[in-house]
Amino acid sequence: MSAYATALAAIVSREAMRFVQQRGRFLAALVRPLVWLVVFAAGFRAALGLSIIPPYQTYITYEVYILPGLCGMIQLFNGMQSSLSLVYDQEMGSMRLLLTSPLPRWWLLFSKLLAGVAVSILQVAVFLGIAALTGITVPPWGYLAVLPALLASGLMLGALGLVLSSTIRQLENFAGVMNFVIFPMFFLSSALYPLWRMAESSPLLRDICALNPFTHAVELIRFALYGQLNLTALAWVVGCGALFMAAALWGYDPARAMQRRRPG
Amino acid sequence: MTGLQIDGLGFRYGPRVALEDVSFAVAPGQFCALLGPNGAGKSTLFALLTRLMVSRQGRIRVAGFDLAQAPRAALARIGVVFQQPTLDLDLTVRRNLRYFAGLHGLSGRAAAMAIDAALDRLGMLERAGETVRVLNGGHRRRMEIARALIHAPAVLLLDEPTVGLDAASRRAITAHVHDLAAGGMAVLWATHLVDEIGPADQVVVLHRGRVLAQGTAAAIAAGQPLADAFMAMTAGEDA
Repeated sequence: MSAYATALAAIVSREAMRFVQQRGRFLAALVRPLVWLVVFAAGFRAALGLSIIPPYQTYITYEVYILPGLCGMIQLFNGMQSSLSLVYDQEMGSMRLLLTSPLPRWWLLFSKLLAGVAVSILQVAVFLGIAALTGITVPPWGYLAVLPALLASGLMLGALGLVLSSTIRQLENFAGVMNFVIFPMFFLSSALYPLWRMAESSPLLRDICALNPFTHAVELIRFALYGQLNLTALAWVVGCGALFMAAALWGYDPARAMQRRRPG
Repeated sequence: MTGLQIDGLGFRYGPRVALEDVSFAVAPGQFCALLGPNGAGKSTLFALLTRLMVSRQGRIRVAGFDLAQAPRAALARIGVVFQQPTLDLDLTVRRNLRYFAGLHGLSGRAAAMAIDAALDRLGMLERAGETVRVLNGGHRRRMEIARALIHAPAVLLLDEPTVGLDAASRRAITAHVHDLAAGGMAVLWATHLVDEIGPADQVVVLHRGRVLAQGTAAAIAAGQPLADAFMAMTAGEDA
């Protein structure tokens, strides 16, 4: 195995083991979308009427509509949480350990990113399983077709987390990330309501939603769950992902990074 | 030139000078203590030596490899023990070391053998299966030193490795690392505690980002206790 593959395997397995150890984190990651699915969706089903929009071919219940959005939510939280773990790692020094490995920094950061995505896909899989048990299902092949979509959206959201972690130096700032990144990204997207619904109340809000990369991540997942490829969404997700990754690499450039802050 | 060589190294945080014209060398087989009070620039120097930060002033060579021009070759030959612990507490000793071995491209049998050898060297082999959380501070530190040896580095860097340890653990770890130097490694040991330094050790006194003195501990002490010489040197600067 090449040194690159060895390092990737080491980073992914460390992340997986840490995740298994932190059962609380796993549970929280599952309970959050399930509460939305069971409680929130039940309340909203009566209030929201949904017409037939692609990729759906029949009338759907609200639970079915928000299922992809909640998959996206899991990945959004996971991406930000691994950015939190990066901030935490920086303070604990294990980020230093990672960065003193004799491999190119971009590979180390990409491996870290991929490890986080693997964990998020695991969470989504369990979530979809529980949703299926409560009767909220998608076509069988959708469960396979969604995997590459989850990989792409997970990488994009994880890269965004990396950018944040290269700028955030303190743990407390995660509350700020919640307020100013996670909530706006989630609520100003197509996760909870279709864009045409949004346009009815405010065209401006609709436009903001259409520019939100998270909207496209959700749509990519939504179409994939029904075995379809949404090319526009894919282009957005890949484009934003590349942009965020470039920004993250810039943020972690040793000639620049950590200069404003004295090392511990 | 092998070992560690630093020439004319400088670094500033904005307008504040953290290091200025720092030059010294650590030859293979040498235990070199980087002695300086808190805030002398030791941690900045370590961040530059491990390429967490990059300076445009001066040059660092590790086993002959220029850290700026061949960073990967240079980093592959450095073992580091950071001041703050960098362990996953809920994983076993062996798991922690395997993660590190992977970062250095070692896997499978090669990694297992290197890990066992490093643990054995630090007298930690029988603890390989324990989770780090149950180990005491001294053993955790020993484990981090073992980890730094897995990839057989030519240069070992330790940033105040005995902080927070009791006297017995401190003595044991200081002795272990002296043995490693005697075995042919170039060791740079940052500290502000003079009792960790033997009379034959090399000493570089760093104060306010500059090298005040370098030579053997005996030569720097010049007949008086090293602690007094160190205090006189750094206090004289303050006056």
